[in-house]
Amino acid sequence: MTLDLPLIWAGLIATAVLLYVLLDGFDLGVGILFPFARSPAERDVMMDSIAPVWDGNETWLVLGGGGLFAAFPLAYGILAPAFYLPLILMLLALILRGVAFEFRLHGRKRGKAFWTFAFAAGSLGATIAQGFVLGGFIQGVTVADGRFAGQPFDWLTPYTLLVAAGLVAGYALLGGCWLMWKTQDQLHGDARRWSAISAAAVGVLLFAVSLATLFVHPRIADRWGFTGEGFDVATFLPHLPIPLLGAAGLGVVAVGLWKRSHGWPFLGGALVFLSGYIGLAVSFFPSIVPYDIDFRTAANADNALGLMLWGIAILLPAILGYTVWVYWIFRGKVSADAGYH
Amino acid sequence: MDFDAILLARLQFAFTIAFHIIFPSFTIGLASFLAVLEGLWLGTRREVFRNLYLFWVKIFALSFGMGVVSGVVMSYELGTNWSEFSKMAAPVIGPLLAFEVLTAFFLEASFLGVMLFGWKKVGPKLHFTATVLVAIGTFISAFWILSANSWMQHPTGYEMLADGTLRATDWMAVIFSPTFPSRLAHMSLAAFLTTSLVVGAASAWQLLKDRTQPESRMALRMAVGMFAIVAPLQLVAGHYSGETVREHQPLKLAAIEAYWKTRADQPQSLVGIPDRDAAKTHYEIEIPGIGNLIQGVSKDTVLQGLDSFPREDWPVVGLVYWSFRIMVGLGLAMIALGAWGVWLIWRRRVDDAGGFLWATVAMGPTGFIAVIAGWIVAEVGRQPWTIYGVLRTADSVSPVGVGQISASLLAFMIIYAIVFSAGGLYILRLIARGPAPALAEPPPDGEGRAPGSPLAAAPAEPREV
Repeated sequence: MTLDLPLIWAGLIATAVLLYVLLDGFDLGVGILFPFARSPAERDVMMDSIAPVWDGNETWLVLGGGGLFAAFPLAYGILAPAFYLPLILMLLALILRGVAFEFRLHGRKRGKAFWTFAFAAGSLGATIAQGFVLGGFIQGVTVADGRFAGQPFDWLTPYTLLVAAGLVAGYALLGGCWLMWKTQDQLHGDARRWSAISAAAVGVLLFAVSLATLFVHPRIADRWGFTGEGFDVATFLPHLPIPLLGAAGLGVVAVGLWKRSHGWPFLGGALVFLSGYIGLAVSFFPSIVPYDIDFRTAANADNALGLMLWGIAILLPAILGYTVWVYWIFRGKVSADAGYH
Repeated sequence: MDFDAILLARLQFAFTIAFHIIFPSFTIGLASFLAVLEGLWLGTRREVFRNLYLFWVKIFALSFGMGVVSGVVMSYELGTNWSEFSKMAAPVIGPLLAFEVLTAFFLEASFLGVMLFGWKKVGPKLHFTATVLVAIGTFISAFWILSANSWMQHPTGYEMLADGTLRATDWMAVIFSPTFPSRLAHMSLAAFLTTSLVVGAASAWQLLKDRTQPESRMALRMAVGMFAIVAPLQLVAGHYSGETVREHQPLKLAAIEAYWKTRADQPQSLVGIPDRDAAKTHYEIEIPGIGNLIQGVSKDTVLQGLDSFPREDWPVVGLVYWSFRIMVGLGLAMIALGAWGVWLIWRRRVDDAGGFLWATVAMGPTGFIAVIAGWIVAEVGRQPWTIYGVLRTADSVSPVGVGQISASLLAFMIIYAIVFSAGGLYILRLIARGPAPALAEPPPDGEGRAPGSPLAAAPAEPREV
């Protein structure tokens, strides 16, 4: 039996990116919500709730980048130059928020104020930059001769701004739901309010982005049954569960908030992201650099993919195992005297 | 691609990677030091080891954080600035970098959380395990990145296909390319040296203020013992690394030693100003007749000079030549400091030896300087190639305009200036305050911080903002 290595690797990279979005999504979301906290003490708790896990969460981003390099070098070599400026913006923003975890504890008055600001601004900046990359990716990348051949600001359009706004709302929703899950008392109540507002924003923006996406590229419209002649129900119907999943996710958030559940809203938020993610995957497949290069063309040499498959088959279960274990260790509510920093 | 874009892309990469390497070269050693301290504490239950652990883990948390964020940059910069290199090299070294993420980064990142925040949540043995796993992770990371870099220095185990792409033919030959083992040993020892010099300097600084401070007395002895052993070992490892350079990268050796002419019985240049255009060294002090001896070959062995290679392949000779001399000079100073320290400890005079303590303080940052100088020798010495003999730097660069690269370079400089001066300041403040044994006992619940948390030993400051 021969394995379809490029397909397996496309699935693995897609899974890594999805895990990144869900995991770093909530801790970036906590950063986005930072300015709305009532007091420094609340901000301390917010940070404490993610301090033990943010580094592991961000490692999925490194796996996304490093994995793309290793499994689909052609895609990596085209996409990175295409999104040069937003990627650099993302990296700089991640630096600011990443060091803020430690620096905020060591800064004195002005230093601490600065790192509080840096954490919030870095989280927001990284999210917006990721939104630009995502939006630019959906718009499609100009390629000639196996290289990026577009303009430096191709990724900056009304559409990508809309996507960035949607991602900010989405991460804020994940962050708010995470805080509801992990905190109590007043902060929990605030998080509930933030989650409700974010969920409403996500509902509106997700709908707007979905509609706008149909107009971005005819191929996407085609996939969803909106051909030049009109609407083809037979094409659309098999895809219907995807938007329904998103609606169900928002429903879980809404009911969870209504019933004052602590954990369910986070699951609902994750479902919303899952639906958006699958929706995009369905729209693109098999492109890895929309809309010119498919994942088979971009795939690395089969012996490299084969070697790495051995590695990941052994290592990924271990990684997932100890990641779950770490979350388990830090389960439960974070209190003001949590015994963190 | 025009010249300015290449130069700017190189400057940006050099800038970001030079900043990055500072942190791993410190945290690799520091993670091991922490594992030893925690192991000693668990074994002996002597307070001094726990206090030292709680003190250094704070500095570790700061440095590791800076290492992580400056390292994430590298994984994307390969694509943003060197997309052509990425496409070319990925079939061979792609798996090596993927394995680095899978075997090292996740391990470090996940167990770092337990190490920093888990003291109350897990038992002491499990916490110790987390520390050890973080320390192991730092070495695994060094293993893969040096493996990939060594392959770029002297590629083996691959073939070039008809369409110009590369393909690995022998993974073991790719991973264990000839220059790799000695370079891994050289870098690992460098990390231990760097850390022990910093620990030594921080402890000496405390002892200059209070020579009875028990934690600093212990740490100074551990540090001196470490660099007294490792510095001479490093000379040996460096020599072996040099032999592989002679064997596999003769051009680099010619640049390091400013051998302009191919000849037997090379003279040993001590100092001078190499002039690449004139192909000679100005104001040179050299010792004739011992060059071959130092390279470990007989006098009548012909050692290739720069004249054996086309001029367009020459690296920047002066930079390689001087970086090498700075590295070796500092290494010799470290050996001397180690010998001095051991003698003083043996004579039981080390805590009062003001001259030695000041010298140890002054030598504190020299590990970092030597590491960066050594990497300049390795990387500039490989120029003008990214993959030696296969792909030139000029052909590796991304199709990205000067405007974007210069704007991002400027942004990197500003952000790094803020982040790394603040981080440096916080670390120096901690070092100036020193280990605080009296406060190591966790305050009663309700206002306390976990003993395992980096701030556990610090007084509970009012939390504002």
